[in-house]
Amino acid sequence: MNPFSYERASDIASACASAARPAAKFIAGGTNLVDLMKLQIEAPGQLVDITRLPLDRIEETAEGGLRIGALVSNSAAAADMRVRRRYPLLAQAILAGASTQLRNKATTGGNLLQRTRCPYFYDTTKPCNKRAPGSGCAALEGLNRMNAVLGVSDNCIAAHPSDMAVAMTALDAVVETVAPDGSARVIPIDELYRPPGNTPHIETVLESGELIVSVLLPPPPAGRQVYRKVRDRASFAFALVSVAAVLDVDGERVRAARVAFGGLSYKPWRSAEAEDALVGAPATRASFDSAGAAALKEARGYGHNDFKIPLARRTLRATLTQAAGLA
Amino acid sequence: MNDLLKLESKATRRGFLKTTGAATLVLASSPSLAETAETVPQQSEQVRLTINGRPYALNLDPRTTLLDALREHLGFTGSKKGCDQGQCGACTIIVNGQRINSCLALAVMHDGDEITTIEGLADEGVLHPMQAAFVRHDGFQCGYCTPGQICSAVALLSEHRAGWSSYATADVATVPVLTDAEIAERMSGNICRCSAYPNIVAAIREVAKEGRQ
Repeated sequence: MNPFSYERASDIASACASAARPAAKFIAGGTNLVDLMKLQIEAPGQLVDITRLPLDRIEETAEGGLRIGALVSNSAAAADMRVRRRYPLLAQAILAGASTQLRNKATTGGNLLQRTRCPYFYDTTKPCNKRAPGSGCAALEGLNRMNAVLGVSDNCIAAHPSDMAVAMTALDAVVETVAPDGSARVIPIDELYRPPGNTPHIETVLESGELIVSVLLPPPPAGRQVYRKVRDRASFAFALVSVAAVLDVDGERVRAARVAFGGLSYKPWRSAEAEDALVGAPATRASFDSAGAAALKEARGYGHNDFKIPLARRTLRATLTQAAGLA
Repeated sequence: MNDLLKLESKATRRGFLKTTGAATLVLASSPSLAETAETVPQQSEQVRLTINGRPYALNLDPRTTLLDALREHLGFTGSKKGCDQGQCGACTIIVNGQRINSCLALAVMHDGDEITTIEGLADEGVLHPMQAAFVRHDGFQCGYCTPGQICSAVALLSEHRAGWSSYATADVATVPVLTDAEIAERMSGNICRCSAYPNIVAAIREVAKEGRQ
């Protein structure tokens, strides 16, 4: 691990000011950052510890939603009865990720900003445009079965590893931030992540020193919420494919639908195509298959991950079948 | 302050073995090998920890993980270093009532925290019920993962008492009975290469049942 200076932030303003310095980084749970620092993939010159900031509460909003503080641990969010009753999708998604030990440490803000698990990002002997811009992408021709099939570029096919963020995307969550100049802004979670394009090392729209302070959940949408995750083992593994779905069925027909995929792209992949195909359609497996075909129409496999495309279609069908009560 | 044990200067067998190399003799404490690669003295931070009910204070390079602080600086070698990347769970300890991977925690970030390690579970020589159950059910083979397994299992029962559900829970808004599937899911952060899993689950199941009576 490279040497760094350590600073414990006592308020948001000073935390942002400190983190805006070159080579400075925020640290909260540290479950991803410390791991990457040991491998020298991350080598910040300064760490700004934000864990003592008062951002660890879950509060009701006037609109009937919840505001989850950036420092609420993944465990605390999943254990909160308001989350479990009104946003079971989110509780399921969080509990589908990592282990209890990691969820106890990992925070809401940190989960959103965790780095990819692409094996070539982790392997410092291999090219990786995300880790070393301009060096190339070893995953394109490599063992890419965990990599993305939608929305990526030939410079980087890394997938975002979060489960929590997939559920939040289906729930239309909004990320609330504070910048070093004190200004606050709200970013729809779907706009938080930048497509890799030619700059895969720039992963979000956040500016230097800008701090995620909370995630706002709008009131829960009508319909049944289901999170389904497919992975190489039954627990404690990253998703090959996951689906967060909210399905509102009126008698025989779909009244409203939300669909987001995990494991397929640089961000949780909200599929307007699937949702458009579902709304007004009969709640049948045939409709769910059509939605899957629409969602994956633009998908491109890179060899070892070709299987993700049919797997995503089938996972969507299984998830919607369960949400429709047909299973 | 008198009861603060400044252990970093205390000569221990492990400390002696680590500091007999000429390159490391100049350092005040006994840092881990990874840290000795850097010869420039780094920022040193005072860290106060309550470990198994007793207060400690030590000065640490901010790079020091909680696991290295426990093992290399304070001599609490019960917590094990397996993967050192949060995957195996051998380093599991209980911090402020919650189990974490101590290998991914920077000690300086835990200033003021209360820590329970495997060394703190027994009560004046009487094994903790979970330790006794692991012995009774033969919940180990080589034993390397065992301290982490037991700390994890003790915390698992507190989490269940607090009403936490898991990925194995059909309806996350309910508090499920601790079935074997629930126990397995909740213990998935602890890997046992000897694969003593059936006996580990049996030990936890037994203590969970005793706790309900």
